[in-house]
Amino acid sequence: MSASIEEILTQALQALAHAKDLAELDLVRVNYLGKKGLFTQHMKELGNMDPEQRKSVGQVINTAKNSFQDALDNRKLTLESEQLQARLNSECVDVTLPGRGQAIAGLHPVTITMRRIAKIFADAGFSIAEGPEIEDDYHNFGALNIPAHHPARAMHDTFYFDAHTVLRTHTSPVQIRVMESSQPPLKVIAPGRVYRCDSDMTHSPMFHQVEGFLVDTDVSFGDLKGVIFEFLRAFFEKDVQVRFRPSYFPFTEPSAEFDVSCVMCDGQGCRVCKQTGWLEVGGCGMIHPEVFNSVGIDPERYSGFAFGTGVERLAMMKYGINDLRMFFENDLKFLQQFR
Amino acid sequence: MQVSEAWLRELINPPIDTGQLVAQLTMAGLEVDAVQPVAAEFSGVVVGKVVSTEQHPNADKLKVCRVDVGQPEPLQIVCGAGNVRPGLKIPAALIGAVLPGDFKIKESKLRGELSFGMLCSEKELGLAASSDGLMELPADAPVGRDIRDYLLLNDNVIELGLTPNRADCLSIEGVAREVAVLNRLAFQPLAISETPVDHQEALDIQVEAPDACPVYFGRLIKNINQAAVTPLWMQERLRRCGVRSLSPVVDVTNYVLLELGQPLHAFDAAKLSAPIVVRSSRPGEKLSLLNDQIIELDGEALLIADQQQALALAGVMGGDSSAVSADTSDIFLECAFFSPLGIAGKARKFGLHTDSSHRFERGVDFNLQRRAIERATQLIVEIAGGSVGPVNEVISKSHFPARSPVKLRRQRIEKILGITLSSDEIACLFQGLGMHVAEHAEGWEITPPGWRFDIAIEADLLEEIGRIVGYDNLPGSSLLMRTELGKAPETRLSLDRLQDCLVDRGYQEAITYSFVDESLQTAVAPDDEFIRLQNPISSELAVMRTTLWCGLLGAAQYNINRQQTRVRLFESGLRFARLNGETRQQKMLAGLAMGGLYAEQWGEKSRNVDFFDVKADVEALLSLTAGGLRFKAGRHPALHPGQTAEIVDADSNVVGLLGMLHPTLEKQLSFDSPVFLFEIAQDAVLQRALPKFSALSKFPSVRRDMALLVRQGICASDIVNCINDSREATIREVNVFDIYQGKGIEEGFKSVALSLILQDFTQTLTDSEIDAIFRRLLEKMAAELNAKLRD
Repeated sequence: MSASIEEILTQALQALAHAKDLAELDLVRVNYLGKKGLFTQHMKELGNMDPEQRKSVGQVINTAKNSFQDALDNRKLTLESEQLQARLNSECVDVTLPGRGQAIAGLHPVTITMRRIAKIFADAGFSIAEGPEIEDDYHNFGALNIPAHHPARAMHDTFYFDAHTVLRTHTSPVQIRVMESSQPPLKVIAPGRVYRCDSDMTHSPMFHQVEGFLVDTDVSFGDLKGVIFEFLRAFFEKDVQVRFRPSYFPFTEPSAEFDVSCVMCDGQGCRVCKQTGWLEVGGCGMIHPEVFNSVGIDPERYSGFAFGTGVERLAMMKYGINDLRMFFENDLKFLQQFR
Repeated sequence: MQVSEAWLRELINPPIDTGQLVAQLTMAGLEVDAVQPVAAEFSGVVVGKVVSTEQHPNADKLKVCRVDVGQPEPLQIVCGAGNVRPGLKIPAALIGAVLPGDFKIKESKLRGELSFGMLCSEKELGLAASSDGLMELPADAPVGRDIRDYLLLNDNVIELGLTPNRADCLSIEGVAREVAVLNRLAFQPLAISETPVDHQEALDIQVEAPDACPVYFGRLIKNINQAAVTPLWMQERLRRCGVRSLSPVVDVTNYVLLELGQPLHAFDAAKLSAPIVVRSSRPGEKLSLLNDQIIELDGEALLIADQQQALALAGVMGGDSSAVSADTSDIFLECAFFSPLGIAGKARKFGLHTDSSHRFERGVDFNLQRRAIERATQLIVEIAGGSVGPVNEVISKSHFPARSPVKLRRQRIEKILGITLSSDEIACLFQGLGMHVAEHAEGWEITPPGWRFDIAIEADLLEEIGRIVGYDNLPGSSLLMRTELGKAPETRLSLDRLQDCLVDRGYQEAITYSFVDESLQTAVAPDDEFIRLQNPISSELAVMRTTLWCGLLGAAQYNINRQQTRVRLFESGLRFARLNGETRQQKMLAGLAMGGLYAEQWGEKSRNVDFFDVKADVEALLSLTAGGLRFKAGRHPALHPGQTAEIVDADSNVVGLLGMLHPTLEKQLSFDSPVFLFEIAQDAVLQRALPKFSALSKFPSVRRDMALLVRQGICASDIVNCINDSREATIREVNVFDIYQGKGIEEGFKSVALSLILQDFTQTLTDSEIDAIFRRLLEKMAAELNAKLRD
């Protein structure tokens, strides 16, 4: 025997301490406890000894082996812990850096506003209807009690394709189309693009309207007032004041324009409301009996109301947009402000 | 309609201030657009008379004036105006006066000479934007009178934005009548007495079109004073109502138009050859108008003519040849009622719009002509003298607009307006509006007056009640309506979902004009037949888009020109195309992507978006839908021929396109990196499949890969379809995971690597079973696609 068990254990413990990682540690283990390991060899030599000596030497070897095993386990735990710590250190990132990949974009403020309006009315049981944007003059004018040469046609700066085909000047033709094809009770809103041959700071040749109408037995002007009032409060999420001014639309009688107390100054008077405290929001009225006649609904049995409002205008009030023209320039710096 | 408040208050003067009056008008449906004081704020200015002027001893351009301002002694005032002269009456600001802009007048010394006030121009008083010299007042202006009182400057111009049904308020009298009712005051129309007739001469009048002209009055006034001038008060009233003073006769006709709402026309009688005829125009007839416009008529215009020629476009504008001028001594005064239908559209046809046509189109009171012609006669004689002839009149009562009684039922008032009114209240309200009221069992019969053209049915009367009572005083009700549960068809996909999908994939929604530039439209879709607007707002917005790409490309250019390098946009809306002679309005969803795939970021190597990035976005959309759509190589003139995919449905209809903008167009539109576009018909993608459960296998699945050698022209989808067609029941998934060309692969061929996932419902698949499946697949692919297994 070249070295005593004590010497081997001392060497072994030193080797454990010198092992820098789990791989080296395993080499040390093999070196002492493997098939040809130093402890193993000593154990093999026990077979050549007499029983007395075998017992005492065996005990010495076992004690040394156990000491080694304990030290090995400890060293392994230490190394594992160090290795984990090293990994954790190496995997540390700057969590303030932005995430990777595609960022989401946004909807156009007109779409956001139309969706909100649709949602508010859909919750009250209104359905949504659409119609063509290239209209015949019957649906855009005639059926709405605006005959040819009626001065009201001059109020609409109409785009023409030919004498009888126009770009719809309002969403009211959808009212006609729905009433032509379905019977009351009707509760409908119709959002969409409309066109007027007019372009300046405050007019765009294309803009959006939402038309709403309700036809049933016993619909009164009070119902109209109630619906508009509740809608505007829901839309602006404020206790706005609403007023109704008599006005004129050939397809409603009585007719009114409705104003909301200025959302910028709460009706105190400011630049936006031109010191009046009021902002004009839309037109409305009780559906004209002639309109009912043109679609075959009995005006004695049914009554109804209709209203229309400009989407851009509502969006401008709600979001504080101050220039109508920005809606259709599609500048990303503008669009990206809306989500 | 511009109304002088002071003029209005001369007719009816309710005890309310300007603000209340304006609010009242607006809330009664006569919307006030603006209120402007007629003069700026100033005080301490009186009528002065220049007694004498002397050259200032120390200044060439100044004069030392003595000015009578109604005080015991004339004041010494230094003045630099060119027109100052003895005898002139002018506005004089006294010491203590405050002129517009808070400019206080104090005793001062100008180059050594004391000055006790200031002589004023119109500009200095805020009456005009600019002026040349002192304001010259009429010789009869009372010296010492406060200039604000003298010129009635304590007045406001109220601008009414009248709706077309309220022609009755296109006059001061009409507005006064309305104000009276709103304030529950009695209204007395202006009393007009007949001017005594001086001679019996008259021009014969023949009305050939009595339906269009039921009333025609004419009168000769001879020997008017050519030197007469319009009095200041009338000039001022005209000015405040937006009418320029021209000459006494024309001013009087305009004044009566404003006062009563009746358009009149004065002809130079010397230039007429009677009889005067009201007739339809003859095709080809020409008329030279007052505004120097020469119009060629068709057979539909209504004319005033004499035996020689057309004199005037009836109710619209007079002619040049018979116009009154400075030399006119005899006038023929016309006062007629032209029916709205006779005039409607006639002015617009010639690009004309006059105060007269505006009123006749909307309706003038057909009982007003006698009062109006007498009023005009009275004013002309007052101002310019003249010898008055009899009124020659042609009246056709049978052609008067109908004024039938309209039924008003008590129960309708309650039902529609939610209020109850007593008979007295109804009578008071409608009589105040000049209507005749008769009571009967169910309610009332109301007959409108000649000036109301907007009362024909019960609803019109309900509106009058609502208006006068005040819409704000009508009860509002909370909506109590039958509500049904909403329908929610699950197979219907909403456009919102598709829009949200694109937004979440980084596409910003745009809304672009439906009309586009013709050159862009033609460049992007040369094969589409488009439709053109007759009256576009500009030539750049003249044709309807046949593809949403026009607007998206325009929006991309707009942003590129504003330092954006990465653009991702989408839009939904209609495209408009002519197809077999019909206009098709089709709902589309389109997108555009260019520049970096991602916004520049630290964690990804930057690279430009490519075909397959955009295809993934389109596939994401399609995956939401019912399916059945597939991509196939296609062609489109706007797209790169090698990067164009058609999206086709089960019946092989093309429902969409995806591709790279053709490099030629990319260059033409000044883009400096590739642009990718897609467009899909909404109809094809708004259906959703109802999910259907299928059982899961308990046995393990196996993945096997194969690499195939095929000719270049064979598409990946051909291979995948071929495998799917094999009806091998155990194949669950087929995935192309690599395409390789180049070294080791023969020219004209490519290697396609596929992975197949196989799984059986009854057992674990064995190698020999899988080998058999692969053998069958390879045979099929060899036969159909000439594909070989790559070594």
